[in-house]
Amino acid sequence: MASIIDIKDECSLHVRNFSFTYKGATTPSLKKVTMPIAKHSVTALIGPSGCGKTTLLRSFNRMHDLYPGNKYEGEIEFEGRNILDPKEDLIHLRTKIGMIFQKPTAFPMSIFDNVAYGMRLQGIKNKTELEGRVEKALQDAAIWKEVKDRLKHDANGLSGGQQQRLCIARAIAVEPEVLLFDEPTSALDPISTQGIEKLVIELKERVSIIIVTHNMQQAARVSDYTGFMYLGDLIELGHTEELFVTPKEKLTQEYITGKFG
Amino acid sequence: MIDKIFLNMTRTSALLILFIVAWIFVVLFNHSIEAMQTFGFDFITKDEWAPNLEKFGAYAAIFGSVASTFLAMLLAIPVAIGVAIFLSEIAHDKIKGFFGVSVELLAAIPSVIYGMWGLFFFVPILRDIFGGMGIGLLAAGIVLAIMILPFMAAVTRDAMNTTPDILKESAYALGGTQWDVIKDIIIPYAKAGIIGSLILALGRAIGETMAVTFVMGNVHHTPKTILDPTTSIPVTLANEFTEADSSLYFSSLFGLALTLLVMSFVVIAIAKFYFLRKVRKGQ
Ligand SMILES: Nc1ncnc2c1ncn2[C@@H]1O[C@H](COP(=O)(O)OP(=O)(O)O)[C@@H](O)[C@H]1O
Ligand SMILES: [Mg+2]
Repeated sequence: MASIIDIKDECSLHVRNFSFTYKGATTPSLKKVTMPIAKHSVTALIGPSGCGKTTLLRSFNRMHDLYPGNKYEGEIEFEGRNILDPKEDLIHLRTKIGMIFQKPTAFPMSIFDNVAYGMRLQGIKNKTELEGRVEKALQDAAIWKEVKDRLKHDANGLSGGQQQRLCIARAIAVEPEVLLFDEPTSALDPISTQGIEKLVIELKERVSIIIVTHNMQQAARVSDYTGFMYLGDLIELGHTEELFVTPKEKLTQEYITGKFG
Repeated sequence: MIDKIFLNMTRTSALLILFIVAWIFVVLFNHSIEAMQTFGFDFITKDEWAPNLEKFGAYAAIFGSVASTFLAMLLAIPVAIGVAIFLSEIAHDKIKGFFGVSVELLAAIPSVIYGMWGLFFFVPILRDIFGGMGIGLLAAGIVLAIMILPFMAAVTRDAMNTTPDILKESAYALGGTQWDVIKDIIIPYAKAGIIGSLILALGRAIGETMAVTFVMGNVHHTPKTILDPTTSIPVTLANEFTEADSSLYFSSLFGLALTLLVMSFVVIAIAKFYFLRKVRKGQ
């Protein structure tokens, strides 16, 4: 029923028969999802609201573990192990798989301290190293020029778009392998959105990216692969162009032509 | 039309508060004039309080108020923040609810009950541990601390609970532990609210009468150790107004009341303008 392409290139994550049930729910929110995530590419997740995109994304860094009582079944393979294993070191996992949220989340501290935060959590104290890596991260997130004269200022003084790029800088400063984006532009204006999209495309040189978006044009602009989800199932995963031009599944076709959603 | 009535009502209420404050101040001031003229600054720097000799120096009571409040804050702040962290972050939902309601109930206990409980249960324990009478500055500090703790903890917890989940999750997503998130995200985020709760608790402690009148000793001596009995301004006022048999005695008590009012204003003004501004500006 589902049409999942076989990715020939190297993959950074393999989701296999993965089901997820929220605490107290009678039916799973994700049903036996199987999905490869190509390395150093952008994979977009699209689908109507409530279909499980966020739920899937938050499984990759085990964010659901913050709230007790949720249930994972199946496997997500990363670096040769199943990260759903209860013995998985979540602190380590989350330094390897970073996340950008729907709204910018600048911490109540200075711009510099925001970007240095993840490195400090890892015990990096050397001032020169911190300064170097903070600058590099801010440059890579295309915000260095705007903030280099006010690194000591409170990060909450930045605009929404700047804050979101700050969050990206903060996430890439710890040099993760994978970055998860959950509708990162839904709270931003069109110009800022463009900036973030450009950044996503640049970043895939170094990290594998999974981006949830409710905006099909955005998926088409930034991603190499697109997965269409519906009611907790992954209906189709394909090369982005193919999925939008010649979808294999009827549901996909109906969704991208706006018959529902 | 309705809007206008409503606007006027709110404006009148606000003015009424100003008016009452001014009124209280004027009354206290007028009645204290005699004492101020007789003693001048000696009133607040001397601790000889001898009604039969017509000598009134309020230093012991002022010192007792400040010291017992300071002690109470010192004891209560760490515990209150600990309780608040437990209630907002660590406890499971069921425990959260149960303990949360208990803390709120404790905050609603009238202070006289804390005072009685302190005298009959706490003072004997202190007596056993340290010897002496048990009654005194330390007992007052502890009872005050216990009295303000539930309020402080409840308000601090509420402030911590305002931290958006998404902010906490962002820190976890960078590899933060629960403790990292508490100290780096939640406490800084909730700082203004936490300090606000501390200030309100401080205001309550400094003017508290019933909780301490039982356990402080009510003697006009500046304590040499924290175990010595002493007095505080509200305790003196509550105990001695009925005994004030001369107009100078009466005026001195008003002088004490005025001193307390000014102290409370100053403490709250400093706390509000200094700390809160600092926090809001983000240092
Ligand atoms: N914390 C939660 N507890 C219980 N059910 C949830 C929770 N979050 C989401 N769900 C349910 O899981 C399903 C998928 O939600 P979600 O992953 O947020 O969808 P999407 O991101 O695609 O809009 C929905 O039916 C939603 O109601
Ligand atoms: Mg979502």
